[in-house]
Amino acid sequence: MTQHAPFFTPDRSQYPTQKDDGTLDIDLASGKYLKLWQGPNHPGITGNMSVELTVCGDEVVEGKTHVGYLHRGFEKLMERRTFIQCFPIVCRICVPEPDFNEYCYAAAVEELAGIQSPVRSDWIRTLILEMGRINSYLMYLGGQAGALGLGIIGQWTTYVRDLMLDRFEELTGARIYHMFILPGGVRDGLPEGFDARMEETLREIERTLKDVYDVMFCNAVFKKRTVGLAVIDPALLESYGVTGPNARAAGVAKDVRKDQPYLVYPELNFEPVIGHDSDIYTRADVRRRDLLVSVDLIRQILDKMPRSGPLMATVPNVLHWKIPRGETYIRGECSRGEYGYYLVTDGSGYPRRVNVRGPSYTHAMALLERLIVNINIADVASLMVSLHTYPPEIER
Amino acid sequence: MRELHTRLGKLFPLGELTEQRTNLAFVSVPQEHLRALLLHLRDREGFTHLVLLTAVDWLEEGQFQLTYLLADRKNARDIGLRVMIPRDGATMQSIHELWPTAATYQRELREMFGIDFPGSPRVEEDFILEGWRDIPPYRRDFDTLKFAVENYSQRPGRETHDPATHMKQQLYPGEN
Amino acid sequence: MKEELKIRVVKGPDGVEFEVEPLRDYYCEAAPTVMPGAYIKIVEDMFNWARSESIWILGFGTGCGAIEMRPLMTPRFDAYRYGVQWRPTPRQANLFVISGYLSTKTLKRAIRAYEQMQSPKYVIGLGSCTINGGMYWDSYNTIKRLDDYLPVDLYIAGCMPRPEALLAGFMDMKKLIRAGRGEGANLYAENFEWYKANQKRVIHDWDMPDYNW
Repeated sequence: MTQHAPFFTPDRSQYPTQKDDGTLDIDLASGKYLKLWQGPNHPGITGNMSVELTVCGDEVVEGKTHVGYLHRGFEKLMERRTFIQCFPIVCRICVPEPDFNEYCYAAAVEELAGIQSPVRSDWIRTLILEMGRINSYLMYLGGQAGALGLGIIGQWTTYVRDLMLDRFEELTGARIYHMFILPGGVRDGLPEGFDARMEETLREIERTLKDVYDVMFCNAVFKKRTVGLAVIDPALLESYGVTGPNARAAGVAKDVRKDQPYLVYPELNFEPVIGHDSDIYTRADVRRRDLLVSVDLIRQILDKMPRSGPLMATVPNVLHWKIPRGETYIRGECSRGEYGYYLVTDGSGYPRRVNVRGPSYTHAMALLERLIVNINIADVASLMVSLHTYPPEIER
Repeated sequence: MRELHTRLGKLFPLGELTEQRTNLAFVSVPQEHLRALLLHLRDREGFTHLVLLTAVDWLEEGQFQLTYLLADRKNARDIGLRVMIPRDGATMQSIHELWPTAATYQRELREMFGIDFPGSPRVEEDFILEGWRDIPPYRRDFDTLKFAVENYSQRPGRETHDPATHMKQQLYPGEN
Repeated sequence: MKEELKIRVVKGPDGVEFEVEPLRDYYCEAAPTVMPGAYIKIVEDMFNWARSESIWILGFGTGCGAIEMRPLMTPRFDAYRYGVQWRPTPRQANLFVISGYLSTKTLKRAIRAYEQMQSPKYVIGLGSCTINGGMYWDSYNTIKRLDDYLPVDLYIAGCMPRPEALLAGFMDMKKLIRAGRGEGANLYAENFEWYKANQKRVIHDWDMPDYNW
């Protein structure tokens, strides 16, 4: 890992000392520290959450994440809905990339009910998941650049993301919440002429990414403000449960698509993208390259996909659908890391317990609170975006 | 997995192994042996990643099931440890020294199930809810519909049907 | 009540100790007042025309509907051509788009943000969940009916509404304002007691002044 020499060494003699129980000895009345809330109504925050910063000068000495602004109690609501009634609400858990909820929930139900989804539906599921990943990464790139004042990147990426939403719309009928992957298979096949239009969209995305690379990744300001900042020590990855691009940027090829291949990933040809420096710049770069991998994967999927065959397995009458007692955990690699559903059934027509494990749960809480110390206030937004956190999957 | 279970069974009093998939199994552990087993799995067997820590409320049996799911990335396998604790005055030892992220899970469990984890950092603070005065909402005996009707004003004219029963009554009247 | 809101004794820079009661000393106690329209109709009409042409939205994404705001800011849908733009702080905004379900925790922040906005101000409820609870009708943590807590001028139905629906909603909002019917702020001032009672029934730990602007 390259060590970058700091421009200056800040005077940290005034900083709080640790008390015996590990907490910081912060006396606000001393006038040395200032409590600053970033969020929930703040342009530099990822979604509706907030970080309670204690600053000394313009450096953060302590940060506490506060979540719960988007809590709807999904895990409770699902306990009083039948297995098929859960399917339309699960996608609402995570807005920018809802498909992983649908896939993980459907796969968990299928596994406990002993249903095998048809091969063709597995291909379409993979296609949708990769499309969702592209959407999510495009939003991320816009946000990461926007956090540092590069507004134009957001304009470009939102434009190509809209093109991808159009493809979603012709495939599933909806822009954001697709409700397409249901237990047993998928709702429909590809529409006519989808491949050609998809190819056009993918070319547009590649073209835009070239521009993004020139304007964002080669930009001196962007480099100066991100290289060497907020480094995640690779030794922390396991204890802090870091997954996905955040872990891959630290040089660990953690990718569920390779580690525990699901759906049709064994038949696709790709390599996990790895970075080395583990700073904000590397994390952005890993995501940009991962986006190109997804573009390539979509091409492979459309190339190898079977065009005929059943789309739905035979599912029992959904109103009398009882699933025997059991528990399982299904995981998938979403754009932020490991997404998982832990489903417990008790032999009735309702889930006993559903637990959603979103990657932001560990990234935005324990990891962020550790990384945020000694960061400049101006870089807090950039750091939060670079961890790619989505609050709704923390609190469900 | 079976081989791992026999190896661990010599060291710890384990329950029966439930093999869900070839790479995922669940096993019951007595409460007092959990910490030693977690340490053993983490340091000796390669299960370094705490995937999740959650609880299941078995109201009928008067017990909470805590599930600790650990992943071993090198061998692509997962093991879930089930710990049954009594529902009344539920307490469990904290594992935040083993995995710092566990503190977040424990905060959520404390708030949503009312399971106490003494010593866990900031476990007393509000996590998701604010000003909550009822019983913890993820417990089975908490009725979310009743709470919503009593606490929030509803728009008149809206017909609400319980999703659980409405469709059945529509399609199969007379059955329950 | 939070630690920083409790009555405490503070030592000033000159060494004099004095008592601080944050809720009374740091906030203005005055309740909102009804702002009458201009005396001459043509002047009021001109004001309304000006207001309708500069809808500035508070950029506070309270729920999932916030994700469809982003396309509206970009060239494809381009809400800026209608004089609609997003502002980062409540002080600069006059339209509050409640983008989806409000959990009680967010409702508290939304009320504060609304009260800090300058009159005349308007509220749009976005999505079915603001109208009657929508998907979360049986949830224990979301409000079911927004107009009990904030004066809503317009609802846009859908889960979630498309950007085109939002644009149409903004157009309707303009018509309402120009017709002089965007009286949400006055409604709030007139029925202040009723709104506060509703809000306090849901928000159990009320640790802020009743009206803070």
